[in-house]
Amino acid sequence: MRNTRATRLLFELSQPGRRATRFPASDVPEQPLDDLLPASHRTETPPDLPELAEPDLVRHFANLSTLNMSVDTHFYPLGSCTMKHNPKRNERLASLPGIVNLHPYQPESSLQGMLQLLFELQQMLAEIAGLDAVSLQPAAGAHGELAALLVAAAYFRERGEKRTKVLVPDSAHGTNPASATIAGFDAVTVRSTPQGFVDVADLESKLDDDVAVFMITNPNTLGLFDRQIADIAAKVHARGGLIYLDGANMNAILGIARPGDFGADMMHFNPHKTFSGPHGGGGPGAGPIAVREMLAPYLPAPVVVKRGERYALDYDRPRSIGRVRSFFGNTGVLVRAYCYLRTHGPDGLKRVSENAVLNANYLLSRVKHILPVPQGDRCMHEFVATAADLKSSKGISAMDIAKRLLDYGFHAPTVYFPLTVRESMMIEPTETESKDTLDRFAETLFRITEEPADLLHEAPHTTPISRPDEVRAARQPVLRWSAATQGAES
Amino acid sequence: MPYVFNTPEDQRQMLAAIGVGSIDELFSLVPAELRLQRPLEIPPAMSELELTQHVSALAAANRSTDQRVCFLGAGSYDHFIPAVVDYVGSRGEFYTSYTPYQPEVSQGNLQAFFEYQTLICQLTGMDVSNASLYDGGSAATEGVLMSMSATRRHRRVVTAASVHPEYRAVLSTYLRSLGAELVTVGTPEGTTAPDDLAAAVSDETACVLLQQPNFFGCLEEMETLVEIAHRAGALVVASVDPISLGLLKRPGDYGADIVVAEGQSLGSPLSYGGPFLGIMAVREELVRRMPGRITGETVDRRGRRCWVLTLQTREQHIRREKATSNICTNQGLFALRATVYLASLGPRGLGEVAELSLRKAHYACDKLAATDRVSPVFERPYFKEFVVRDVDGHVAELLAAAERAGFFAGVPLGRWYPELADCFLVAVTEKRTRDEIDRLADCVAHAQSEACSLHA
Repeated sequence: MRNTRATRLLFELSQPGRRATRFPASDVPEQPLDDLLPASHRTETPPDLPELAEPDLVRHFANLSTLNMSVDTHFYPLGSCTMKHNPKRNERLASLPGIVNLHPYQPESSLQGMLQLLFELQQMLAEIAGLDAVSLQPAAGAHGELAALLVAAAYFRERGEKRTKVLVPDSAHGTNPASATIAGFDAVTVRSTPQGFVDVADLESKLDDDVAVFMITNPNTLGLFDRQIADIAAKVHARGGLIYLDGANMNAILGIARPGDFGADMMHFNPHKTFSGPHGGGGPGAGPIAVREMLAPYLPAPVVVKRGERYALDYDRPRSIGRVRSFFGNTGVLVRAYCYLRTHGPDGLKRVSENAVLNANYLLSRVKHILPVPQGDRCMHEFVATAADLKSSKGISAMDIAKRLLDYGFHAPTVYFPLTVRESMMIEPTETESKDTLDRFAETLFRITEEPADLLHEAPHTTPISRPDEVRAARQPVLRWSAATQGAES
Repeated sequence: MPYVFNTPEDQRQMLAAIGVGSIDELFSLVPAELRLQRPLEIPPAMSELELTQHVSALAAANRSTDQRVCFLGAGSYDHFIPAVVDYVGSRGEFYTSYTPYQPEVSQGNLQAFFEYQTLICQLTGMDVSNASLYDGGSAATEGVLMSMSATRRHRRVVTAASVHPEYRAVLSTYLRSLGAELVTVGTPEGTTAPDDLAAAVSDETACVLLQQPNFFGCLEEMETLVEIAHRAGALVVASVDPISLGLLKRPGDYGADIVVAEGQSLGSPLSYGGPFLGIMAVREELVRRMPGRITGETVDRRGRRCWVLTLQTREQHIRREKATSNICTNQGLFALRATVYLASLGPRGLGEVAELSLRKAHYACDKLAATDRVSPVFERPYFKEFVVRDVDGHVAELLAAAERAGFFAGVPLGRWYPELADCFLVAVTEKRTRDEIDRLADCVAHAQSEACSLHA
């Protein structure tokens, strides 16, 4: 049972003299501190940290944890985030001492198991992508986008081509244009058609010899597979440009279609989505990238190679873009992805996508009468419904529905993204939900739309807090605790 | 198919409800010619038992820091992790939750991030912290990018050779794409010489990136260096070891504008280099240029104190190509671990870790220097790491002999500093015992003799 009152801040719980962790006395010969460290470098006062006993900490954080929804406790139909079950075996195996207690600068000879695992992961990701070479270094999907765009820039630089533009559909994730800018390109927006696909005429009007890369999410952010992809890729390739595939939606097509086969030259994976790595409250993720052969020399170093029976780190990559992260990468996330891929194998992976798509289409068929899906009655692993009609007829917004769902024990869908659909609700059930859960979710949606609008405007009603004042948070930012603001405690 | 619910009967009912005959029909959106006509060529599925045996065998093929006494540092450190950190970090309500986009059902994460931000400010003496970035290297790079936009000086950045070479490599990758110049001040004596820095900065310099303690473990004269940078109108990005702040001056006290750090030492395992925790804290006036997520306090509609993600107009999902950074995620779980770690140690515990590391490092340096085989390289005050030179000039052989005897004795420096090819970097944390240090010194003294391998 949840202790909803135990939410004072650590700093308010602090009592001088308490402590949870103490360390042994020094076992080396005592020397005056001044001899070891000149006083000019030392602080005069210890850091102003809170003082707590272990029971304080355990109760505090155990109770805080109950204020979160999570995949372990709730259905999270958060479109494009792919909140699937996080297998417990992966957590156990990623925590083995022989996996987790490895230093990044250990000798290669002491890392053969880890390097084998990473090498095999590189190979599996290349095969799933239908591309030739993989770097595991990027620390997140957006980081992978940036790394791949830098790879493209290096490729064009070496060819003596000055290409300055990256084309990005208006329906793309916000990271796409941001990454293009950081990579030194000008991001140019390409319109979508009312059906949600790339407006090829608009693309063609912007496609010139300055275009380095066209970034596309396919399946796209409406949960649809853009059938024009091969044609689009041909057009971009004909002008000497490259295709980047945002891999956020790979859960729909594992073993069914490969980006490399439908024209992508580069892509990133989101192992925390597609390969079930836990999201950890927003991180860590990882963002491995796969590229076509001609781009391989530019990948960040090191990559894992196999020389005879030994695995080694290859740093000797003179054409590499350099590093995008210190050390090897987010190995802990990669180990979980490896475990996931080895658990499923080729048939299992395909069935993951089949069931993700089945669940999404089933849920779509159950909710489209209540919340229309403007882009049709078929989808891949997610779909975008709209509350625009409810908004005009009853004054019920997508946000109202999202907030009311929380009262019924469901996390809200992604709302107001993509930007191309009004009052949008992007729903992704994933393959790890049952028909029963999907039925209950659909019934709850229906029930909510029958409820009085006033009740919904004030929802949620059962959560620990309701409708925080976000304007105040932004206009009068309070970004840390201080003794002066202690009086604000509820 | 261990994670899929749908039975054949479920599938039949669902397909009927959708109005299609087969799952394959659902994929009609994907043109037939673009469909893969064969199974993926990846290894076949494994049961949990088989996978456990397989991954355990891979793990056993490594030698971990449980099997070798670890004197490796260079940016990731073998500090002790209290059990309460693992307990909190392994609660599913934390590690399987998502970004707190719905604050009503994410107060646990949001409050923990707010507590993290406060702890980082307390530790660094800065005004504002974000809720974490990827790692120390990308935090340093983001700090530099922020300085460029804050000063509107987009051409030139200065750093020191004593900053972690991989952080500088990451920075150089980013700066090249933005067409900015990276000037590196050499540090042949182990620290940045004020005159050399003064010669490198100009009124075109956006910022100076420094590290304290630096990559060699030495302490830089930060007050002097900060003053030089500020005199030229440049900002100072200081990359620090958070553990050292149990003992050393706070960056806020010596005038740093942006503080970045690798937070792995604060309760996260080595994990072969990742995931780690990028810390960033800044002066108040820089907050709206800061990348990453920030949690703020507010009240809900009934006046209850609560927390939300705030100042999101800086971020990529709103600003798109005008965003301050392309960073989308944070390292929530590792920020949580750092929060628990710092709260568990408190001011005195952190002081103890810092002081034990310092004392043992100095003991180790003295013991090693007393052997005929190695000698300390830099005569500068240092914290928990130091550089030694193999007087025989056979670093690889010496480290290999030490490893056979049960030690990861140090990180060879030749990969990054050709002039230090006969040197290695030794790190000592509070976990190392006098006995381990004595045995390492003994092994180094007798390397290539029978005695060394007998100690294993």
